[in-house]
Amino acid sequence: MKKIKLLLAVIIPVLILYAAYVYLKTVNIAVLNPKGQVALKEKHLIIFASILSLFVLVPVYSMLIFFAFRYNEKNTKSKYSPNFDHSRIFESVWWGIPTVLILILSVVTWKSSHDLDPYKLISSNKPVLNIQVVTMDWKWLFIYPDAQVASVNRLVIPDNTPVNLEITSDAPMNQIWIPQLAGQIMTMPGMVTHLNLIGNTDGTYLGRSTNISGDGFAGMTFNTDVVSSAGYNNWINKARQSQNVLNIASYNQLNKPSEYVPVSYYSYASPDVFSYIYNKYMGPSNANMTMGMKN
Amino acid sequence: MYLFAGLLGLLNVNAFKHGLVENIGVAVMTLSVVFAVLFLTYTKRWKWLFSEWLTSLDHKKIGIMYIVVALLMLVKAGTDAAMMRIQQSISVGSNQGFLTASHYQQIFSAHGTTMIFFAAMGLMFGLINIGVPLLIGTRDVAFPLLNSISFWLFTAGMILLNTSLAIGDFSGAGWLAYPPLSELQFSPSVGVDYWIWSLQIAGVGSLLSGINFIVTIIKNRAQGMTLMKMPMFVWSAFGSMTLVIFAFPILTVTITLLYLDRFLGMHFFTGAGGGNPMMYVNLIWAWGHPEVYILILPAFGVFSEVVATFSRKRLFGYTSMVWAIWAIVLLSFTVWLHHFFTMGAGADVNGFFGIMTMIIAIPTGVKIFNWLFTMFRGRIKFATPMIYFMGFIFLFSIGGVAGVLMAVPPIDFQLNNSLFLVAHFHSMIVSGVLFGYFAGITYWFPKLFGFKLKDLIGRYAAYFWITGFVLAFVPLYILGFMGATRRMNHYATNLGFQPLFIVAAIGVGIIGLGLATQILTVLASIKERKQLKDTSGDPWDGRTLEWSIPSPAPEYNYAILPIVSKRDQFWEDKQKDSKPKRDKFKDFEVPKNSYIGLFIAFFAFSLGFAAVWHILWLFIFGLLGIILTIIIRSQSEDTNRLMTFDDLTTKDKLALKEQN
Repeated sequence: MKKIKLLLAVIIPVLILYAAYVYLKTVNIAVLNPKGQVALKEKHLIIFASILSLFVLVPVYSMLIFFAFRYNEKNTKSKYSPNFDHSRIFESVWWGIPTVLILILSVVTWKSSHDLDPYKLISSNKPVLNIQVVTMDWKWLFIYPDAQVASVNRLVIPDNTPVNLEITSDAPMNQIWIPQLAGQIMTMPGMVTHLNLIGNTDGTYLGRSTNISGDGFAGMTFNTDVVSSAGYNNWINKARQSQNVLNIASYNQLNKPSEYVPVSYYSYASPDVFSYIYNKYMGPSNANMTMGMKN
Repeated sequence: MYLFAGLLGLLNVNAFKHGLVENIGVAVMTLSVVFAVLFLTYTKRWKWLFSEWLTSLDHKKIGIMYIVVALLMLVKAGTDAAMMRIQQSISVGSNQGFLTASHYQQIFSAHGTTMIFFAAMGLMFGLINIGVPLLIGTRDVAFPLLNSISFWLFTAGMILLNTSLAIGDFSGAGWLAYPPLSELQFSPSVGVDYWIWSLQIAGVGSLLSGINFIVTIIKNRAQGMTLMKMPMFVWSAFGSMTLVIFAFPILTVTITLLYLDRFLGMHFFTGAGGGNPMMYVNLIWAWGHPEVYILILPAFGVFSEVVATFSRKRLFGYTSMVWAIWAIVLLSFTVWLHHFFTMGAGADVNGFFGIMTMIIAIPTGVKIFNWLFTMFRGRIKFATPMIYFMGFIFLFSIGGVAGVLMAVPPIDFQLNNSLFLVAHFHSMIVSGVLFGYFAGITYWFPKLFGFKLKDLIGRYAAYFWITGFVLAFVPLYILGFMGATRRMNHYATNLGFQPLFIVAAIGVGIIGLGLATQILTVLASIKERKQLKDTSGDPWDGRTLEWSIPSPAPEYNYAILPIVSKRDQFWEDKQKDSKPKRDKFKDFEVPKNSYIGLFIAFFAFSLGFAAVWHILWLFIFGLLGIILTIIIRSQSEDTNRLMTFDDLTTKDKLALKEQN
């Protein structure tokens, strides 16, 4: 009976783990499947920190299980020292080892915070592509200031080209996340944040808002296409075929709350729209902050 | 003006119109209240309820009432959780599920708010109420009436929050209500005001409790109990209450400013008009991060008592443990920014806060090793509280590692606001906080009621909780990596989220089974209370002072106040078979029952309800009511009752006679 129980205790978890493994092979685990340099480095950090944490997890679990069996009251043969409550050596070990681990991780943290600072431009032989991003109730507006086109709920970027997203919000705060390309950054009214990313493999990657912003929040997703530079030019030309023009008047139309908004394009995007949006929220006291934020 | 519009303010018939799901909720809530009223009337227990419980200033009874309210809220917010997971299991592709987006958002906001402020905080204050005076060998807290007022403010906040289910709606802006979403422009209904005022009222209660327990611990310890001889639970309560008095004023001010924005059209945190929503995010987390440690420190304290008792061994590394607590207290105020690395504060700021966050892991890790070495060379009895402890170490370690991972800013960029984060903080709050309090309730139950809880069924409840937790939250860790964010009421089919959400929903079901088994444990134990009776007063072979008095503990706890010269004095006395040192019996005073707490809660509720609905006369009524109640009470000199030898319990009389 005891043997059967033990056997079940091994077989059932193994079966569950196997089923999970089979299932997880069929889905896209976005964070672990990066398609750009930033997300790739972030994945490496996750793996490094996880391995480092095993230095604590393994001893904790082994001691927990071992002590639980060894010092169970039924096991009367084990040593019992009810007054053993202090050991300078032991305590130094567990103040010391975590301190060393955290020291290592702190160095990595400091370096990676700077290396992967979302505001930092990615060095490349290609020039940086600036794209302005606006979250609205409840959709994404992407303005391409160089090509002077714009799109709703579709981001297209050329591959292996550093991209600098300039981000603001004309709604409550949101947060942009394209897990296969880069981590998240908040979108805030009256503020401009930056996210630098690069797509190294062509493909379509899901982006979404991750900060609750009201009723249409769950529908605030957009596809990000990483395409060849020829494909990118084709797409710009396609956008230029659109009937719509983005200026302040049409922007205010677009700004009315709407949910699960289909993709649409603007053949021309007036250069003053983006500054119009974040200046809307500037009170008289912090209007002079604009300059600092744009840099 | 919309400020004070007429006799009923903003309140009109529309406030009572709800969808089907909400109506079912209202019906369940109303029927429960009606049933409770009928039951009390039928069994003629109204007088008993008021004289024995509601007006009692006995810290143990107040503690029990805290726990009863908290468990009700645990069930209510647990139902919210179940609804969320059911919605997420079915709301895929063309199916929109059974909840509208706005209702779903109210549910997750209510789930978080209720769980933190009314379930977890209630359990914490309940156990501190029960534990602290008993463990330091005193008869009551420093300010018994203030203690009752704190409890009733907590209850008033709870009632106000639940009123939002029936009258009006609740906030849909998440449990921390970030502006600008929580500002009038984006949340025009009264939901956010309900959130503000239920927290405001309960928050004042928490602050008063914090002061009360700090004074109790400093002033009321047994003779000879120097600080470094205090039981670890008392140290952890001391740390937690210190955090309360520093952190809660920040919450009070922050949500007052938010209310001023909403009510008077000010611009502290609005997007427009020069307001700065980022300031709110900073302020709310300057309270919010310490809050997490407010909840977990007393749970650590419970585990410290439980492990030592059930391993029949001294707590390992006492001094280390004390320093670890105070390191955590101090550091918890230096890490708040890690909740929003994604705000883009810059690499230096993010790096600094990331490192500070990791440093907190060191004292926490030390505590874990000290607990493990308390088990080392012990004689461990695996009773229910120990099972919770095992589950705690097992799950909390994973959660802690997830936390350290997210303390690295670039990793947080990937996992912030994802379901990985949700799984992380539930690992801390369920397996840390809740398991700790469940262990504490089981541990001190015999001291409160005079009989033990049935161990076998109690252990099954713990196993359900642990299994349910693994099933409910491991999928969430994975979903986070797959790109699933928190607070989604709907998602696309091709993402492959659905099977994992279904597993998570099954996990919630098993947790529900755990909760049901816990209730069953109490019922079964009541039925068999004769067999489970604790005649010795020391059912666990305990170490601390509370086990030296009979069970259930009399109203006054100690007929003669104990004198202490060692840590674990009671255990040491038992080892040497020596009689504890005692003074002679002297008459003493206990506080009389008081309706003041009830009155203040009634007025505070009126004030809060009036502030939510902009009803001027009711607001003034509530405010004046509170002030007058305090003035009238302060005139009363007849607040205590003398206890002579004849008023002691029979057990205590016998014990004293034997001693002489």
